[in-house]
Amino acid sequence: MDTMTTKETKKQVITTSQVEHVALLARLELNEAEKDIYVNQLNNILAYMQMLNELNTENVTPTAHVLPLYNVFRQDEVGRHMPVEKVLANAPEKEEQFFKVPRIV
Amino acid sequence: MVPEYETVIGLEVHVELKTNSKIFCNSTTAFGGEPNTHVCPVCLGLPGVLPVVNRKALEYTIRTALALNCEIAGFSKFDRKNYYYPDMPKNYQISQYDLPFAQKGHLNIELNGNIRRIGITRVHLEEDTGKLVHPATITTSPYSLVDYNRAGVPLMEIVSEPDLRSPEEARAYLEKLKAIISYLDVSDCKMEEGSLRCDANVSVRLQGKEEYGTKTEIKNMNSFKSLQRALAYEVERQIEVLGNGGRVIQETRAWDEGKGITLSMRSKEEAHDYRYFPEPDLVPLVIDRQWVEEIRASLPELPDARKTRYQRDYGLSAYDAARLAAELELAEFFEACVKCYPQPKMVSNWINGELSRLLNLHNININACPLTPPQLGALLELIEKGTISGKIAKTVFEEMFNKGKDPAQIIQEKGLIQISDEDALIKIVNEVITQNQKVVDDYRAGKDRALAFLVGQVMKVTRGKANPELVNRLLKEKMQ
Repeated sequence: MDTMTTKETKKQVITTSQVEHVALLARLELNEAEKDIYVNQLNNILAYMQMLNELNTENVTPTAHVLPLYNVFRQDEVGRHMPVEKVLANAPEKEEQFFKVPRIV
Repeated sequence: MVPEYETVIGLEVHVELKTNSKIFCNSTTAFGGEPNTHVCPVCLGLPGVLPVVNRKALEYTIRTALALNCEIAGFSKFDRKNYYYPDMPKNYQISQYDLPFAQKGHLNIELNGNIRRIGITRVHLEEDTGKLVHPATITTSPYSLVDYNRAGVPLMEIVSEPDLRSPEEARAYLEKLKAIISYLDVSDCKMEEGSLRCDANVSVRLQGKEEYGTKTEIKNMNSFKSLQRALAYEVERQIEVLGNGGRVIQETRAWDEGKGITLSMRSKEEAHDYRYFPEPDLVPLVIDRQWVEEIRASLPELPDARKTRYQRDYGLSAYDAARLAAELELAEFFEACVKCYPQPKMVSNWINGELSRLLNLHNININACPLTPPQLGALLELIEKGTISGKIAKTVFEEMFNKGKDPAQIIQEKGLIQISDEDALIKIVNEVITQNQKVVDDYRAGKDRALAFLVGQVMKVTRGKANPELVNRLLKEKMQ
Protein backbone atom coordinates (compact mmCIF):
# COMPACT_ATOMS: atom_id res chain seq x y z
CA MET A 1 0.00 0.00 0.00
CA ASP A 2 2.76 2.42 0.97
CA THR A 3 4.57 2.02 -2.31
CA MET A 4 1.41 2.87 -4.17
CA THR A 5 0.90 6.15 -2.39
CA THR A 6 4.43 7.38 -2.93
CA LYS A 7 4.90 9.36 -6.08
CA GLU A 8 7.89 7.51 -7.41
CA THR A 9 7.27 6.10 -10.85
CA LYS A 10 9.53 3.15 -11.33
CA LYS A 11 9.71 2.11 -14.94
CA GLN A 12 10.68 -1.48 -14.34
CA VAL A 13 8.41 -2.87 -11.57
CA ILE A 14 7.82 -6.32 -12.97
CA THR A 15 10.79 -8.61 -13.44
CA THR A 16 11.12 -11.83 -15.43
CA SER A 17 11.19 -13.89 -12.23
CA GLN A 18 7.87 -12.35 -11.14
CA VAL A 19 6.32 -13.26 -14.47
CA GLU A 20 7.62 -16.80 -14.03
CA HIS A 21 6.14 -16.95 -10.53
CA VAL A 22 2.72 -15.75 -11.64
CA ALA A 23 2.83 -18.08 -14.65
CA LEU A 24 3.46 -20.99 -12.31
CA LEU A 25 0.56 -20.00 -10.07
CA ALA A 26 -1.69 -19.76 -13.13
CA ARG A 27 -0.28 -22.98 -14.58
CA LEU A 28 0.81 -21.21 -17.76
CA GLU A 29 3.77 -22.51 -19.74
CA LEU A 30 5.67 -19.57 -21.25
CA ASN A 31 8.72 -19.58 -23.51
CA GLU A 32 11.45 -16.91 -23.18
CA ALA A 33 9.96 -14.69 -25.88
CA GLU A 34 6.54 -14.80 -24.23
CA LYS A 35 8.05 -13.96 -20.84
CA ASP A 36 9.61 -10.83 -22.38
CA ILE A 37 6.27 -9.86 -23.87
CA TYR A 38 4.54 -10.17 -20.50
CA VAL A 39 7.28 -8.31 -18.63
CA ASN A 40 6.84 -5.46 -21.09
CA GLN A 41 3.07 -5.48 -21.14
CA LEU A 42 2.67 -5.73 -17.39
CA ASN A 43 5.15 -2.91 -16.84
CA ASN A 44 3.28 -0.75 -19.31
CA ILE A 45 -0.02 -1.47 -17.59
CA LEU A 46 1.42 -0.65 -14.17
CA ALA A 47 3.04 2.52 -15.48
CA TYR A 48 -0.31 3.57 -16.91
CA MET A 49 -1.99 2.89 -13.58
CA GLN A 50 0.67 5.02 -11.90
CA MET A 51 -1.17 8.01 -13.31
CA LEU A 52 -3.69 7.55 -10.50
CA ASN A 53 -0.98 8.50 -8.05
CA GLU A 54 -0.99 11.97 -9.49
CA LEU A 55 -4.43 12.53 -7.99
CA ASN A 56 -4.70 14.09 -4.59
CA THR A 57 -6.64 11.49 -2.57
CA GLU A 58 -6.04 13.04 0.82
CA ASN A 59 -9.73 13.57 1.51
CA VAL A 60 -10.97 10.39 -0.13
CA THR A 61 -11.69 7.46 2.20
CA PRO A 62 -10.45 4.09 1.02
CA THR A 63 -13.14 1.70 -0.17
CA ALA A 64 -13.41 -2.06 -0.50
CA HIS A 65 -15.87 -1.78 -3.35
CA VAL A 66 -16.74 0.62 -6.14
CA LEU A 67 -20.50 0.54 -5.53
CA PRO A 68 -22.02 2.63 -2.74
CA LEU A 69 -23.95 -0.42 -1.53
CA TYR A 70 -23.87 -2.56 1.62
CA ASN A 71 -25.62 -5.63 3.01
CA VAL A 72 -27.12 -7.29 -0.02
CA PHE A 73 -28.57 -10.52 1.37
CA ARG A 74 -30.70 -13.40 0.25
CA GLN A 75 -33.01 -15.53 2.39
CA ASP A 76 -32.04 -19.10 3.17
CA GLU A 77 -34.21 -20.83 0.60
CA VAL A 78 -33.41 -23.77 -1.65
CA GLY A 79 -34.09 -23.33 -5.35
CA ARG A 80 -33.68 -25.34 -8.51
CA HIS A 81 -30.57 -27.34 -9.34
CA MET A 82 -29.08 -27.86 -12.77
CA PRO A 83 -29.68 -31.18 -14.50
CA VAL A 84 -26.48 -33.19 -14.30
CA GLU A 85 -26.19 -33.49 -18.11
CA LYS A 86 -26.00 -29.73 -18.30
CA VAL A 87 -23.57 -29.55 -15.38
CA LEU A 88 -21.17 -31.85 -17.19
CA ALA A 89 -21.87 -30.53 -20.70
CA ASN A 90 -18.69 -28.44 -20.85
CA ALA A 91 -16.44 -30.77 -18.89
CA PRO A 92 -13.31 -31.53 -20.94
CA GLU A 93 -13.40 -34.99 -19.40
CA LYS A 94 -15.96 -36.78 -17.26
CA GLU A 95 -16.58 -40.16 -15.72
CA GLU A 96 -20.05 -41.22 -14.59
CA GLN A 97 -21.36 -38.09 -12.89
CA PHE A 98 -17.96 -36.67 -12.00
CA PHE A 99 -15.62 -34.15 -13.56
CA LYS A 100 -12.41 -35.96 -14.39
CA VAL A 101 -9.15 -34.11 -13.75
CA PRO A 102 -5.44 -34.92 -13.61
CA ARG A 103 -4.48 -36.72 -10.42
CA ILE A 104 -4.49 -34.36 -7.45
CA VAL A 105 -3.24 -35.46 -4.08
CA MET B 1 20.40 -33.33 31.45
CA VAL B 2 17.71 -33.96 28.87
CA PRO B 3 16.30 -30.63 27.70
CA GLU B 4 12.66 -30.03 28.55
CA TYR B 5 10.44 -28.95 25.68
CA GLU B 6 7.18 -27.11 25.81
CA THR B 7 4.47 -27.94 23.30
CA VAL B 8 2.68 -25.12 21.50
CA ILE B 9 -0.51 -25.91 19.58
CA GLY B 10 -3.07 -23.76 17.80
CA LEU B 11 -6.15 -25.21 16.11
CA GLU B 12 -7.96 -24.17 12.97
CA VAL B 13 -11.46 -25.58 13.05
CA HIS B 14 -13.83 -25.60 10.10
CA VAL B 15 -17.53 -26.02 10.72
CA GLU B 16 -20.19 -26.46 8.04
CA LEU B 17 -23.22 -24.39 8.97
CA LYS B 18 -26.58 -26.11 8.79
CA THR B 19 -28.37 -23.63 6.61
CA ASN B 20 -30.79 -25.05 4.04
CA SER B 21 -29.08 -23.44 1.10
CA LYS B 22 -25.48 -22.66 0.21
CA ILE B 23 -23.66 -19.50 1.23
CA PHE B 24 -23.94 -17.61 -2.07
CA CYS B 25 -26.68 -19.42 -4.00
CA ASN B 26 -29.86 -21.41 -3.44
CA SER B 27 -28.49 -24.90 -4.04
CA THR B 28 -29.16 -27.32 -1.21
CA THR B 29 -26.56 -28.09 1.47
CA ALA B 30 -27.92 -31.62 2.02
CA PHE B 31 -25.15 -34.13 2.72
CA GLY B 32 -24.53 -36.83 0.14
CA GLY B 33 -26.71 -36.89 -2.95
CA GLU B 34 -25.67 -38.15 -6.37
CA PRO B 35 -22.46 -36.45 -7.56
CA ASN B 36 -22.91 -32.97 -9.06
CA THR B 37 -26.66 -32.79 -8.50
CA HIS B 38 -26.68 -30.16 -5.72
CA VAL B 39 -25.26 -27.47 -7.94
CA CYS B 40 -26.35 -24.42 -9.92
CA PRO B 41 -24.59 -21.91 -12.19
CA VAL B 42 -23.39 -19.84 -9.18
CA CYS B 43 -21.63 -22.59 -7.24
CA LEU B 44 -20.30 -24.04 -10.49
CA GLY B 45 -18.67 -20.69 -11.17
CA LEU B 46 -20.21 -20.31 -14.62
CA PRO B 47 -19.56 -17.00 -16.36
CA GLY B 48 -21.90 -14.10 -15.65
CA VAL B 49 -23.30 -15.26 -12.32
CA LEU B 50 -23.36 -13.21 -9.12
CA PRO B 51 -23.08 -14.60 -5.60
CA VAL B 52 -25.43 -13.18 -2.93
CA VAL B 53 -24.80 -13.70 0.80
CA ASN B 54 -27.15 -16.01 2.69
CA ARG B 55 -28.22 -13.92 5.70
CA LYS B 56 -28.71 -17.04 7.84
CA ALA B 57 -25.07 -18.04 7.37
CA LEU B 58 -23.98 -14.66 8.67
CA GLU B 59 -26.42 -14.90 11.57
CA TYR B 60 -25.04 -18.33 12.55
CA THR B 61 -21.48 -16.99 12.38
CA ILE B 62 -22.33 -14.04 14.63
CA ARG B 63 -24.19 -16.37 16.98
CA THR B 64 -21.12 -18.58 17.31
CA ALA B 65 -18.75 -15.65 17.65
CA LEU B 66 -20.84 -14.19 20.48
CA ALA B 67 -20.88 -17.52 22.30
CA LEU B 68 -17.08 -17.52 21.97
CA ASN B 69 -16.88 -14.06 23.56
CA CYS B 70 -15.65 -12.41 20.37
CA GLU B 71 -15.86 -8.81 19.26
CA ILE B 72 -18.14 -8.54 16.24
CA ALA B 73 -16.84 -6.37 13.41
CA GLY B 74 -18.78 -3.24 12.51
CA PHE B 75 -17.54 -3.41 8.94
CA SER B 76 -16.61 -6.58 7.12
CA LYS B 77 -16.09 -7.91 3.63
CA PHE B 78 -15.33 -11.03 1.65
CA ASP B 79 -12.09 -11.61 -0.22
CA ARG B 80 -10.95 -13.78 -3.06
CA LYS B 81 -8.38 -16.44 -2.25
CA ASN B 82 -6.78 -17.46 -5.52
CA TYR B 83 -5.33 -20.88 -6.04
CA TYR B 84 -5.06 -23.48 -8.74
CA TYR B 85 -6.78 -26.59 -7.53
CA PRO B 86 -9.88 -28.22 -9.01
CA ASP B 87 -11.81 -28.49 -5.73
CA MET B 88 -13.29 -25.10 -6.60
CA PRO B 89 -14.59 -24.60 -10.11
CA LYS B 90 -13.72 -20.89 -10.10
CA ASN B 91 -10.01 -21.29 -9.28
CA TYR B 92 -10.62 -19.20 -6.22
CA GLN B 93 -12.45 -19.52 -2.96
CA ILE B 94 -14.51 -16.69 -1.50
CA SER B 95 -13.21 -16.27 2.02
CA GLN B 96 -12.29 -13.46 4.41
CA TYR B 97 -8.83 -12.00 4.82
CA ASP B 98 -8.19 -8.84 6.81
CA LEU B 99 -11.69 -8.01 8.04
CA PRO B 100 -13.24 -11.20 9.47
CA PHE B 101 -16.69 -11.08 11.06
CA ALA B 102 -15.29 -11.56 14.55
CA GLN B 103 -12.02 -11.48 16.50
CA LYS B 104 -10.51 -11.67 19.98
CA GLY B 105 -12.65 -14.26 21.75
CA HIS B 106 -11.95 -17.10 24.13
CA LEU B 107 -13.32 -20.27 25.63
CA ASN B 108 -12.43 -22.13 28.81
CA ILE B 109 -11.22 -25.70 28.93
CA GLU B 110 -11.03 -27.85 32.02
CA LEU B 111 -8.46 -30.57 32.41
CA ASN B 112 -7.75 -32.42 35.66
CA GLY B 113 -9.66 -29.79 37.57
CA ASN B 114 -7.67 -26.87 36.11
CA ILE B 115 -9.52 -24.30 34.08
CA ARG B 116 -7.57 -22.57 31.30
CA ARG B 117 -8.69 -19.80 29.02
CA ILE B 118 -7.84 -20.39 25.36
CA GLY B 119 -7.82 -17.39 23.06
CA ILE B 120 -9.79 -17.32 19.80
CA THR B 121 -8.02 -15.24 17.19
CA ARG B 122 -10.82 -14.94 14.69
CA VAL B 123 -14.06 -16.36 13.34
CA HIS B 124 -14.73 -15.94 9.66
CA LEU B 125 -16.98 -17.26 6.96
CA GLU B 126 -16.05 -18.82 3.63
CA GLU B 127 -17.38 -21.29 1.09
CA ASP B 128 -16.61 -24.98 1.41
CA THR B 129 -14.88 -26.71 -1.49
CA GLY B 130 -15.94 -29.62 -3.65
CA LYS B 131 -14.79 -33.15 -2.95
CA LEU B 132 -12.11 -35.08 -4.79
CA VAL B 133 -12.80 -38.75 -5.22
CA HIS B 134 -10.20 -41.33 -6.17
CA PRO B 135 -11.28 -44.43 -8.05
CA ALA B 136 -8.44 -46.59 -6.68
CA THR B 137 -6.44 -45.64 -3.61
CA ILE B 138 -5.23 -42.07 -3.35
CA THR B 139 -1.64 -43.03 -4.24
CA THR B 140 -2.32 -45.32 -7.17
CA SER B 141 -5.23 -43.56 -8.82
CA PRO B 142 -4.22 -42.26 -12.25
CA TYR B 143 -6.69 -39.37 -12.07
CA SER B 144 -9.08 -37.56 -9.72
CA LEU B 145 -12.84 -37.15 -9.92
CA VAL B 146 -14.60 -34.04 -8.68
CA ASP B 147 -18.02 -33.69 -7.07
CA TYR B 148 -19.12 -30.09 -6.49
CA ASN B 149 -22.12 -30.84 -4.25
CA ARG B 150 -20.22 -29.50 -1.24
CA ALA B 151 -18.79 -26.49 -3.07
CA GLY B 152 -20.39 -23.39 -1.62
CA VAL B 153 -21.72 -24.87 1.62
CA PRO B 154 -21.21 -22.16 4.27
CA LEU B 155 -18.05 -22.93 6.20
CA MET B 156 -17.14 -21.14 9.39
CA GLU B 157 -13.48 -21.06 10.33
CA ILE B 158 -12.50 -20.65 13.97
CA VAL B 159 -8.82 -20.04 14.64
CA SER B 160 -7.39 -20.37 18.13
CA GLU B 161 -4.37 -18.60 19.56
CA PRO B 162 -1.30 -20.83 20.05
CA ASP B 163 -2.41 -21.25 23.67
CA LEU B 164 -2.73 -25.02 23.85
CA ARG B 165 0.14 -26.76 25.65
CA SER B 166 -0.54 -30.46 25.10
CA PRO B 167 -2.42 -32.85 22.82
CA GLU B 168 -4.87 -33.39 25.71
CA GLU B 169 -5.59 -29.67 25.88
CA ALA B 170 -6.08 -29.57 22.12
CA ARG B 171 -8.63 -32.35 22.40
CA ALA B 172 -10.38 -30.66 25.34
CA TYR B 173 -10.56 -27.44 23.31
CA LEU B 174 -12.06 -29.17 20.29
CA GLU B 175 -14.55 -31.02 22.47
CA LYS B 176 -15.60 -27.81 24.17
CA LEU B 177 -15.90 -26.02 20.85
CA LYS B 178 -18.04 -28.83 19.47
CA ALA B 179 -20.26 -28.75 22.55
CA ILE B 180 -20.78 -24.99 22.25
CA ILE B 181 -21.57 -25.18 18.54
CA SER B 182 -24.00 -28.06 19.08
CA TYR B 183 -25.78 -26.08 21.80
CA LEU B 184 -26.05 -23.15 19.39
CA ASP B 185 -27.66 -25.47 16.84
CA VAL B 186 -25.73 -23.96 13.93
CA SER B 187 -23.99 -27.13 12.73
CA ASP B 188 -24.34 -30.91 12.85
CA CYS B 189 -20.71 -31.09 14.01
CA LYS B 190 -20.23 -34.58 12.59
CA MET B 191 -16.53 -35.25 12.25
CA GLU B 192 -17.22 -38.47 10.36
CA GLU B 193 -19.25 -36.60 7.73
CA GLY B 194 -16.77 -33.75 7.63
CA SER B 195 -19.10 -31.07 8.99
CA LEU B 196 -16.51 -30.48 11.74
CA ARG B 197 -12.88 -30.54 10.61
CA CYS B 198 -9.71 -29.64 12.40
CA ASP B 199 -6.15 -28.76 11.39
CA ALA B 200 -3.41 -28.10 13.91
CA ASN B 201 -0.31 -25.93 14.02
CA VAL B 202 2.28 -27.58 16.22
CA SER B 203 5.69 -26.53 17.44
CA VAL B 204 7.94 -27.17 20.40
CA ARG B 205 10.36 -24.86 22.18
CA LEU B 206 12.79 -25.21 25.04
CA GLN B 207 11.08 -24.69 28.37
CA GLY B 208 11.23 -21.04 29.37
CA LYS B 209 11.90 -19.73 25.87
CA GLU B 210 9.57 -17.05 24.62
CA GLU B 211 10.28 -17.44 20.92
CA TYR B 212 8.17 -20.04 19.12
CA GLY B 213 9.80 -22.98 17.41
CA THR B 214 9.22 -23.71 13.72
CA LYS B 215 5.71 -25.09 13.31
CA THR B 216 4.21 -27.77 11.14
CA GLU B 217 0.59 -27.92 10.06
CA ILE B 218 -1.13 -31.26 10.62
CA LYS B 219 -4.12 -32.30 8.54
CA ASN B 220 -6.37 -35.30 8.09
CA MET B 221 -7.37 -35.93 11.69
CA ASN B 222 -10.89 -37.31 11.58
CA SER B 223 -11.81 -37.82 15.22
CA PHE B 224 -11.00 -36.47 18.66
CA LYS B 225 -8.89 -39.52 19.26
CA SER B 226 -6.90 -39.14 16.06
CA LEU B 227 -6.33 -35.45 16.85
CA GLN B 228 -4.78 -36.37 20.17
CA ARG B 229 -2.76 -39.24 18.71
CA ALA B 230 -1.51 -37.22 15.75
CA LEU B 231 -0.41 -34.34 17.95
CA ALA B 232 1.32 -36.63 20.44
CA TYR B 233 3.19 -38.25 17.56
CA GLU B 234 4.13 -34.94 15.97
CA VAL B 235 5.39 -33.42 19.23
CA GLU B 236 7.56 -36.46 19.81
CA ARG B 237 8.83 -36.34 16.24
CA GLN B 238 9.83 -32.69 16.49
CA ILE B 239 11.59 -33.21 19.84
CA GLU B 240 13.49 -36.11 18.32
CA VAL B 241 14.53 -34.04 15.28
CA LEU B 242 15.78 -31.25 17.54
CA GLY B 243 17.43 -33.70 19.92
CA ASN B 244 19.44 -35.12 17.03
CA GLY B 245 20.66 -31.63 16.20
CA GLY B 246 18.27 -31.24 13.26
CA ARG B 247 15.84 -28.51 12.31
CA VAL B 248 12.06 -28.73 12.08
CA ILE B 249 10.95 -27.84 8.56
CA GLN B 250 7.89 -25.65 8.18
CA GLU B 251 5.54 -27.81 6.15
CA THR B 252 2.14 -29.43 5.99
CA ARG B 253 1.96 -33.01 7.20
CA ALA B 254 -0.87 -35.51 6.90
CA TRP B 255 -1.82 -37.86 9.71
CA ASP B 256 -1.92 -41.51 8.64
CA GLU B 257 -4.38 -43.15 11.01
CA GLY B 258 -3.44 -46.70 10.04
CA LYS B 259 0.30 -46.26 10.47
CA GLY B 260 0.00 -43.85 13.37
CA ILE B 261 2.45 -41.33 11.88
CA THR B 262 2.46 -37.93 10.19
CA LEU B 263 3.88 -37.66 6.67
CA SER B 264 5.12 -34.65 4.75
CA MET B 265 2.66 -33.43 2.11
CA ARG B 266 5.22 -31.11 0.61
CA SER B 267 5.22 -30.84 -3.14
CA LYS B 268 7.41 -28.73 -5.40
CA GLU B 269 4.41 -26.64 -6.43
CA GLU B 270 3.66 -25.52 -2.92
CA ALA B 271 4.06 -21.84 -3.46
CA HIS B 272 1.43 -20.45 -1.10
CA ASP B 273 0.59 -17.21 -2.75
CA TYR B 274 -3.13 -16.73 -2.58
CA ARG B 275 -3.11 -13.13 -3.86
CA TYR B 276 -6.12 -12.16 -1.75
CA PHE B 277 -8.10 -9.17 -2.92
CA PRO B 278 -11.55 -7.79 -2.02
CA GLU B 279 -14.27 -9.87 -3.70
CA PRO B 280 -15.65 -7.55 -6.37
CA ASP B 281 -18.84 -9.61 -6.82
CA LEU B 282 -19.99 -8.99 -3.24
CA VAL B 283 -20.64 -5.64 -1.62
CA PRO B 284 -19.23 -5.04 1.89
CA LEU B 285 -21.21 -5.56 5.07
CA VAL B 286 -22.04 -3.09 7.78
CA ILE B 287 -23.20 -5.19 10.68
CA ASP B 288 -26.24 -3.78 12.43
CA ARG B 289 -25.58 -3.51 16.19
CA GLN B 290 -29.22 -4.03 17.01
CA TRP B 291 -29.22 -7.28 15.08
CA VAL B 292 -26.11 -8.40 16.97
CA GLU B 293 -27.82 -7.62 20.28
CA GLU B 294 -30.92 -9.55 19.20
CA ILE B 295 -28.73 -12.55 18.40
CA ARG B 296 -26.94 -12.17 21.75
CA ALA B 297 -30.27 -12.14 23.58
CA SER B 298 -31.27 -15.36 21.80
CA LEU B 299 -28.21 -17.35 22.89
CA PRO B 300 -29.16 -20.55 24.74
CA GLU B 301 -27.69 -21.77 28.02
CA LEU B 302 -24.16 -22.90 27.10
CA PRO B 303 -22.27 -25.99 28.33
CA ASP B 304 -20.41 -24.25 31.18
CA ALA B 305 -23.61 -22.71 32.54
CA ARG B 306 -25.40 -26.02 32.31
CA LYS B 307 -22.59 -27.80 34.12
CA THR B 308 -22.72 -25.25 36.94
CA ARG B 309 -26.49 -25.65 37.15
CA TYR B 310 -26.17 -29.44 37.46
CA GLN B 311 -23.66 -29.04 40.30
CA ARG B 312 -25.76 -26.42 42.05
CA ASP B 313 -29.30 -27.79 41.58
CA TYR B 314 -28.61 -31.50 41.46
CA GLY B 315 -25.53 -31.83 43.66
CA LEU B 316 -23.55 -33.63 40.95
CA SER B 317 -19.76 -33.75 41.02
CA ALA B 318 -17.90 -31.42 38.65
CA TYR B 319 -16.80 -34.44 36.66
CA ASP B 320 -20.26 -35.95 36.24
CA ALA B 321 -21.84 -32.57 35.51
CA ALA B 322 -19.22 -31.79 32.86
CA ARG B 323 -19.68 -35.15 31.16
CA LEU B 324 -23.44 -34.72 30.94
CA ALA B 325 -23.24 -31.11 29.80
CA ALA B 326 -20.62 -31.87 27.13
CA GLU B 327 -23.25 -33.27 24.80
CA LEU B 328 -26.54 -31.48 24.36
CA GLU B 329 -28.58 -34.59 23.53
CA LEU B 330 -27.19 -36.43 26.54
CA ALA B 331 -27.90 -33.46 28.80
CA GLU B 332 -31.47 -33.25 27.50
CA PHE B 333 -31.90 -36.98 28.06
CA PHE B 334 -30.58 -36.63 31.61
CA GLU B 335 -33.03 -33.85 32.40
CA ALA B 336 -35.94 -35.82 30.95
CA CYS B 337 -34.95 -38.81 33.11
CA VAL B 338 -34.76 -36.64 36.23
CA LYS B 339 -38.32 -35.51 35.52
CA CYS B 340 -39.43 -39.16 35.55
CA TYR B 341 -37.28 -40.19 38.48
CA PRO B 342 -36.23 -37.23 40.60
CA GLN B 343 -32.98 -38.62 41.97
CA PRO B 344 -30.38 -36.84 39.83
CA LYS B 345 -27.30 -38.55 41.27
CA MET B 346 -28.70 -42.01 40.61
CA VAL B 347 -29.77 -40.99 37.09
CA SER B 348 -26.36 -39.43 36.43
CA ASN B 349 -24.58 -42.59 37.60
CA TRP B 350 -26.54 -44.69 35.16
CA ILE B 351 -26.13 -42.29 32.24
CA ASN B 352 -22.43 -41.71 32.78
CA GLY B 353 -21.94 -45.39 33.60
CA GLU B 354 -23.88 -48.11 31.78
CA LEU B 355 -25.50 -45.89 29.17
CA SER B 356 -22.24 -44.20 28.14
CA ARG B 357 -20.47 -47.54 28.12
CA LEU B 358 -23.04 -49.02 25.72
CA LEU B 359 -23.17 -45.90 23.55
CA ASN B 360 -19.39 -46.04 23.17
CA LEU B 361 -19.42 -49.76 22.58
CA HIS B 362 -21.94 -49.43 19.74
CA ASN B 363 -20.45 -46.09 18.69
CA ILE B 364 -23.85 -44.39 18.54
CA ASN B 365 -25.42 -41.20 19.76
CA ILE B 366 -28.17 -41.20 22.40
CA ASN B 367 -30.70 -40.25 19.74
CA ALA B 368 -29.95 -43.44 17.83
CA CYS B 369 -30.78 -45.54 20.88
CA PRO B 370 -34.41 -46.67 21.45
CA LEU B 371 -34.20 -46.25 25.24
CA THR B 372 -36.59 -43.58 26.57
CA PRO B 373 -36.31 -41.48 29.76
CA PRO B 374 -39.51 -42.99 31.32
CA GLN B 375 -38.01 -46.46 30.78
CA LEU B 376 -34.80 -45.60 32.59
CA GLY B 377 -36.87 -43.98 35.34
CA ALA B 378 -38.96 -47.16 35.66
CA LEU B 379 -35.82 -49.29 35.92
CA LEU B 380 -34.41 -47.14 38.71
CA GLU B 381 -37.70 -47.44 40.56
CA LEU B 382 -37.60 -51.22 40.29
CA ILE B 383 -34.11 -51.22 41.78
CA GLU B 384 -35.20 -48.92 44.56
CA LYS B 385 -38.19 -51.14 45.39
CA GLY B 386 -35.94 -54.19 45.45
CA THR B 387 -37.79 -55.94 42.61
CA ILE B 388 -34.45 -56.52 40.93
CA SER B 389 -30.87 -56.30 42.15
CA GLY B 390 -28.44 -53.72 40.84
CA LYS B 391 -26.57 -56.46 39.06
CA ILE B 392 -29.62 -57.87 37.29
CA ALA B 393 -30.58 -54.29 36.45
CA LYS B 394 -27.51 -54.07 34.22
CA THR B 395 -28.69 -57.08 32.22
CA VAL B 396 -32.17 -55.62 31.98
CA PHE B 397 -30.72 -52.26 30.99
CA GLU B 398 -28.73 -53.74 28.12
CA GLU B 399 -31.92 -55.31 26.77
CA MET B 400 -33.73 -51.97 27.14
CA PHE B 401 -30.85 -50.25 25.36
CA ASN B 402 -30.94 -52.65 22.44
CA LYS B 403 -34.67 -53.18 22.03
CA GLY B 404 -36.36 -50.21 23.67
CA LYS B 405 -38.58 -52.49 25.79
CA ASP B 406 -39.99 -51.55 29.19
CA PRO B 407 -37.99 -52.98 32.10
CA ALA B 408 -41.06 -54.65 33.67
CA GLN B 409 -41.69 -56.56 30.46
CA ILE B 410 -38.08 -57.77 30.25
CA ILE B 411 -38.08 -58.84 33.89
CA GLN B 412 -41.32 -60.76 33.36
CA GLU B 413 -40.20 -62.42 30.11
CA LYS B 414 -36.87 -63.50 31.51
CA GLY B 415 -38.05 -64.32 35.02
CA LEU B 416 -35.57 -61.95 36.58
CA ILE B 417 -37.55 -60.80 39.62
CA GLN B 418 -35.32 -60.66 42.65
CA ILE B 419 -35.83 -63.44 45.19
CA SER B 420 -36.47 -61.73 48.50
CA ASP B 421 -38.44 -64.62 49.97
CA GLU B 422 -36.53 -65.81 53.06
CA ASP B 423 -37.96 -69.31 53.04
CA ALA B 424 -36.96 -69.87 49.45
CA LEU B 425 -33.47 -68.55 50.03
CA ILE B 426 -32.82 -70.43 53.28
CA LYS B 427 -33.05 -73.71 51.43
CA ILE B 428 -30.40 -72.63 48.95
CA VAL B 429 -28.21 -71.11 51.67
CA ASN B 430 -28.29 -74.41 53.56
CA GLU B 431 -27.32 -76.34 50.45
CA VAL B 432 -24.41 -74.04 49.73
CA ILE B 433 -23.17 -74.31 53.32
CA THR B 434 -23.28 -78.10 53.22
CA GLN B 435 -21.47 -78.28 49.91
CA ASN B 436 -18.71 -75.87 50.90
CA GLN B 437 -17.78 -76.98 54.35
CA LYS B 438 -14.12 -75.98 53.95
CA VAL B 439 -15.01 -72.41 53.00
CA VAL B 440 -17.43 -72.23 55.87
CA ASP B 441 -14.58 -73.26 58.20
CA ASP B 442 -12.39 -70.54 56.70
CA TYR B 443 -15.10 -67.99 57.39
CA ARG B 444 -15.43 -69.15 60.94
CA ALA B 445 -11.62 -68.89 61.24
CA GLY B 446 -12.01 -65.18 60.42
CA LYS B 447 -11.46 -65.06 56.66
CA ASP B 448 -13.97 -62.46 55.51
CA ARG B 449 -13.32 -63.20 51.84
CA ALA B 450 -14.90 -66.60 52.31
CA LEU B 451 -18.26 -64.92 52.74
CA ALA B 452 -18.09 -63.31 49.33
CA PHE B 453 -17.44 -66.71 47.79
CA LEU B 454 -20.49 -68.19 49.46
CA VAL B 455 -22.68 -65.26 48.40
CA GLY B 456 -21.43 -65.87 44.90
CA GLN B 457 -22.45 -69.52 45.10
CA VAL B 458 -26.00 -68.58 46.13
CA MET B 459 -26.11 -66.08 43.26
CA LYS B 460 -24.97 -68.77 40.86
CA VAL B 461 -27.75 -71.13 41.93
CA THR B 462 -30.36 -68.37 41.66
CA ARG B 463 -28.87 -67.03 38.42
CA GLY B 464 -28.20 -63.68 40.06
CA LYS B 465 -31.75 -63.17 41.22
CA ALA B 466 -31.24 -63.53 44.99
CA ASN B 467 -31.45 -60.33 47.00
CA PRO B 468 -27.77 -59.88 47.89
CA GLU B 469 -28.33 -58.18 51.23
CA LEU B 470 -30.69 -60.92 52.33
CA VAL B 471 -28.27 -63.64 51.25
CA ASN B 472 -25.50 -61.97 53.23
CA ARG B 473 -27.62 -61.83 56.33
CA LEU B 474 -28.87 -65.40 56.05
CA LEU B 475 -25.39 -66.82 55.46
CA LYS B 476 -23.97 -64.96 58.45
CA GLU B 477 -26.83 -66.14 60.65
CA LYS B 478 -26.46 -69.75 59.57
CA MET B 479 -22.72 -69.84 60.10
CA GLN B 480 -22.71 -68.30 63.55
